[in-house]
Amino acid sequence: MGLIAELTHRCPLSCAYCSNPLELERASAELDTATWLDVLDQAAALGVLHVHFTGGEPMARKDLTQLVRRAAELELYTNLITSGVLLDDRAMDALMAAGIDHIQLSLQDIEPEAGDRSGGLKGGHAKKLAAAERIRAAGLPLTLNFVIHRGNADRTAQMLDLGEALGATRIEIAHTQYYGWGLLNRGALLPTFAQLESATAAVEAARARFGARIAVDYVVPDYFAARPKACMGGWGRRFINVSPSGKALPCHAAETLPGFAFPSVREVSLADIWTGAEAFQRFRGVEGAPEACRSCERVEIDWGGCRCQAFALAGDASRIDPACVLSPDHALMRQAIEAADFDAPLTPRLIRR
Amino acid sequence: MTAPGETPRFRPGVKFRFDPVRQAWMVLAPEKLFLPDEIAVEVLKRIDGTRTTALIVDDLAQAFQAPRETIETDVRAMLADLVQRGAISL
Ligand code: SF4
Ligand code: SF4
Repeated sequence: MGLIAELTHRCPLSCAYCSNPLELERASAELDTATWLDVLDQAAALGVLHVHFTGGEPMARKDLTQLVRRAAELELYTNLITSGVLLDDRAMDALMAAGIDHIQLSLQDIEPEAGDRSGGLKGGHAKKLAAAERIRAAGLPLTLNFVIHRGNADRTAQMLDLGEALGATRIEIAHTQYYGWGLLNRGALLPTFAQLESATAAVEAARARFGARIAVDYVVPDYFAARPKACMGGWGRRFINVSPSGKALPCHAAETLPGFAFPSVREVSLADIWTGAEAFQRFRGVEGAPEACRSCERVEIDWGGCRCQAFALAGDASRIDPACVLSPDHALMRQAIEAADFDAPLTPRLIRR
Repeated sequence: MTAPGETPRFRPGVKFRFDPVRQAWMVLAPEKLFLPDEIAVEVLKRIDGTRTTALIVDDLAQAFQAPRETIETDVRAMLADLVQRGAISL
């Protein structure tokens, strides 16, 4: 069981594929340090094993090392998901002293110009490369994450080469997940089928070449799939996501769903949220899956897919994920692919500091 | 195959710890976890990055009052499995 601690929506970057909600939470709405420390204590007592510090840019929080230290004291597995642009020597030392177990670093592209354009920060790419070096020098395993879209999909093979050159032990090639800003920009971000095929081929070639040396995780876009993903390992089954202002969500995109009262960790204990909150129970397990899915042989594999995608595309969170060929809404995926093109408008994510 | 002088160690980023909530030992890595069985737990507890496989076998043979050869076969199979799962390196 894992805790996703979305510490902040602030971020110095402005990726157009960002899956943060369009309504970014302000710094003034964020939980304070004491509340986060308490959430970590509760999480450990509840049986959480991994805590993923994410955002926005979690390093924008001044108290990050304090939170990592508490999580490490609680023997939680601490994972930091970062853009790396704030990971200077001092921050790296502080994180190591606090007991960080793992850092996942995102890169936008293979070279500075394209990377900085995509992330919206001049000099960002160079900072990321320096961060990769620091992570390795500190003796931590290096996981790199590349988000793939129409503008960079053709360079997937070179991304894998770059990952190898940087000494990564794991490389995630993750096609954009179309939530939040990513969904807003879908028309410009969706790759073509040919791009998808060549990205997939690049991943397969790299896997064959790397063997056990470097693991390559590949996340395919739902839009070209025949079956949905088990979003978050199933609604309310494996993760609690706490938003910057303290809302407990079964997945970070769930806040967009209407008709839900997501409890706040300011008011309700994590244990009560996990076992009692209606919002966590509604789509949980086979009973919570869309009706047509309950008798399907794949129900315990994908749980009917993503509730947020069903809502975003078909207007109803209780429908089958349109990614499934058996969904009456599946044609929406093909229509989106057909509507995509390079000239579609691209809205960079708002920068919040 | 594993050489006699080798020293098993946890791979960077891997954590082996007792979970009081589940009353079980677990191996944690960034995106995964597994619950080692009882024998694996005994082996894992003895991995500290300095002890060689031979020393671990000696220690287990003594602790469980079992013939060294039997233990050695088990331990080597166990270590190979842990390497496979990405938990340790030799
Ligand atoms: S803007 Fe980019 S770096 Fe910042 S949170 Fe979004 S995806 Fe991550
Ligand atoms: S019908 Fe439902 S359970 Fe079956 S594959 Fe499609 S989404 Fe999954």
